[in-house]
Amino acid sequence: MNRMINRRALLGASGALVVSFGLPLSRTDATRGAGPKTVSPGRVDGFLAIAPDGRVTVYSGKVDLGTGVRTALTQIVAEELDVPMSHVSLIEGDTALTPDQGVTSGSLSIQDGGMQLRQAAATARRAVLRRAAARLRHDISTLSIYEGVVIAEDGKRVPIGQFVDGTTLARDVAKDAPQKSARHYKIVGRPVPRLDIPDKVNGRFTFMQDFKLPNMLHGRVVRPSGMGATLISYDESSVEGIPGIVKVVRINNFLGVVAKSEWSAIKGAQQLAVTWSKWEGLPEQSRIWEHVRNTPVVREDVTSRFGDSRAALDITLHKLSATYEFAIHTHGSIGPSCAVASFADGKLTCWSASQATHDLRKQLAATLALSDGDVRCIYIEGAGCYGRNGHEDAAADAALLSRAVGKPVRVQWMRADEHGWDPKGPPTLLDMRAGIDKVGNVAAWESELYVPDGTASFVALVGSDLAGLDSLGKLSPGGVLNDLAIPYAFANVTTTAHRLASTPLRPAWIRSPGRLQNTFANESFLDEIAAATGADPLDIRLKYLADARGKELLERLADSSKWRDRPKPDPKADIVTGHGLAYVKYELVRTYVGAVAEIEVNRKTGHLAVKRFYIAHDCGQIINPDGLRNQIEGCIVQTVSRTLKEEVSFDRSMVTSLDWASYPILTFPEVPDVVIDLIDRPQEAPWGGGEPACAVVPSAIAGAVFEATGARLRSVPFTPDKVLAELKRA
Amino acid sequence: MAGRIPLSELGTQENATMATTSLSVNGKTVPVAVDDPDTPLLYVLRNELRLHGPRFGCGLGQCGACTVHVDGAAVRSCVTPMSAVKGKIVTLEGLGKNAEPHPLQAAFVEEQAVQCGYCINGMIMQSADLLARNPKPSEDEIKTELANNLCRCGTHLRIVRAVIRATRI
Repeated sequence: MNRMINRRALLGASGALVVSFGLPLSRTDATRGAGPKTVSPGRVDGFLAIAPDGRVTVYSGKVDLGTGVRTALTQIVAEELDVPMSHVSLIEGDTALTPDQGVTSGSLSIQDGGMQLRQAAATARRAVLRRAAARLRHDISTLSIYEGVVIAEDGKRVPIGQFVDGTTLARDVAKDAPQKSARHYKIVGRPVPRLDIPDKVNGRFTFMQDFKLPNMLHGRVVRPSGMGATLISYDESSVEGIPGIVKVVRINNFLGVVAKSEWSAIKGAQQLAVTWSKWEGLPEQSRIWEHVRNTPVVREDVTSRFGDSRAALDITLHKLSATYEFAIHTHGSIGPSCAVASFADGKLTCWSASQATHDLRKQLAATLALSDGDVRCIYIEGAGCYGRNGHEDAAADAALLSRAVGKPVRVQWMRADEHGWDPKGPPTLLDMRAGIDKVGNVAAWESELYVPDGTASFVALVGSDLAGLDSLGKLSPGGVLNDLAIPYAFANVTTTAHRLASTPLRPAWIRSPGRLQNTFANESFLDEIAAATGADPLDIRLKYLADARGKELLERLADSSKWRDRPKPDPKADIVTGHGLAYVKYELVRTYVGAVAEIEVNRKTGHLAVKRFYIAHDCGQIINPDGLRNQIEGCIVQTVSRTLKEEVSFDRSMVTSLDWASYPILTFPEVPDVVIDLIDRPQEAPWGGGEPACAVVPSAIAGAVFEATGARLRSVPFTPDKVLAELKRA
Repeated sequence: MAGRIPLSELGTQENATMATTSLSVNGKTVPVAVDDPDTPLLYVLRNELRLHGPRFGCGLGQCGACTVHVDGAAVRSCVTPMSAVKGKIVTLEGLGKNAEPHPLQAAFVEEQAVQCGYCINGMIMQSADLLARNPKPSEDEIKTELANNLCRCGTHLRIVRAVIRATRI
């Protein structure tokens, strides 16, 4: 009996919110050994266990953030091991059990994590077949596995569990273990229904926000009135009348209320009388781009250089330049961040929806001055996560409060905590220049990106920072340099990033970080060049692309969207229709996406409606086409929302867009139709699908608005007032 | 359906004065004891009755994740004090029966109309209210009905398809 398999069952059992405290750290029965389970990503038993009854447990460091990747990873392993999917269960993101496969981000769960699992499963399959060959005295080439059963040529059938003992999978993942040919796939490539959906529509699924422990208390945080304000005083008597208040916890500027009931914790946090220092260190929002441009630069990163763009620009007579802005965005998960922590006997166990439990463990250990080994972080799926949102911060809050009261504490951020304090997509500015030669060719291309320094590293934990404790935090905007370099073969190119020493609000990655902003500028500016040279947006891309796969994708997009036959905009209409086209090769090394946006602009009101998106998508081998479509639809709809509507607002002290009224997102009547053409390449490597399609959205919309009206939208979000202003200028 | 849960087990208030009342939830009358009768219905359902179909999303009645039915009408349980609820409450758990899910639940599975699924409670409960009033809504009517239910993953197209499918079941 495999207790690990039962963990999911336990969590998912009808209404069973309370789970046993502390899951076994020792090996599962399935592996029948002594000592802790290995979490080495180099070991088969790091990733897989096969029980005597043939059930397979997968230990995945990549986690399902609401994307459906649990189903896809299960497909990959079931396919490679030749076992039914129903025999496979997945444990995700548990630092005691799952290998560190890196942050679940960047559309890498299948491309990287899935391929590690595939190779581990291929190694396991070979090991099982070798055992079977020895035991059955058959040549290995005469054996096969079908639905979890080893089948010999003479018809003998033995379940794979019979060939697995404690040593079978205790081996390195072998690079030379042969993977199945895609020609023989029966599970991968199929639109297998998602494993989690029945429970999610029946109210049986246990999200992080539903998880409870026995004797658990409820915590709420009380954040400063200004991002850098300090705590002067608080009056505990202000919450005396609330029943069940356990403790008001203060550590420097960290303040929280712990109560026996959730409602008392909420009331306590709302009613606690607190005096904060006045702090007005944020820049004026109306001058945000001036602020970005004037922020000290700590480094210049040249991300691509071909020829001599400066010299080429100097000698071209026809020069173009434009500046593109992309506003600060918040993640806006529908469920605010939540975590449960239990600090006892100098050890911390923390349940959260973190996309990086192994990293979180290091950060929490630093905050509590523990060794990494004394911290265990366990993933439980939360509301949809689109990057580094507040889950890790809620985990730090819960850890600090649990340590202060000596009992398990659940911290649920309120909506204002989430909108106010989750890390933001930083404000991003791009200056673009191009030179056109006498015959209309692009002779030079230059771009200058203004973006915070740093990569996708440890984002400082809010609670730790406020408490004056270390959390290994660094400026971490994500991989924001990606796709600053361009896929087009111009003779002279320089793309440069000015890495800024700071940015107004704590930054982190939000879906397609950098790729989205940079592709917006690149593709929009290419459209400006096309317009200046009288070229069609499709033709100019085909002209300068050297990549056959990219060209094929664009031709398919042109066909599916009927680009070459699109109607001409009616210059007299008040509400005018336009089409725009955009292309990206993600990070220049993987997933190809092309998009055509069909929009309507109301010339009188500036109202912009996105009616339809046509997408052509090539991410190589498709694991689950319906899951992929679901992700692509999500990319488009979410990014249309970001492009049309979203901007974090703030005064000199604090974020002021603290709810859905002040930070509106796209609603049902505003959602465009999405028409997707999937290009499946079963023989190729699988690449990511969770974010590349985001990158083409803003420029496709901007291009469509230009076609319809002649107005260039260069500042996201494309709100009606900005559209009206550009319509007047056009 | 869960009956009354001993409150001590859930770590809630043991000593202070408890207001004991009863609620009609998913076809059963259940006693509920809370220290504040103005506790929003959402927390009573989730913490005292362990019904976590309804979800906390904003606490402001803006997103719809907490939606339940009171006498068949969609209500935002996060801004509805328990003391104000006199009617029959139905949550996502009680919408269908184990053997026979509500047509909307079946349709959401058929259409795979979920990404993270956190908002789906509200989508189904709001749509169930609509279908009870208007069994054959147009696509535009569905979108208008759901205009105050927020989804961040971008599952809208599938959700609309699922509601349309449910009208045909």
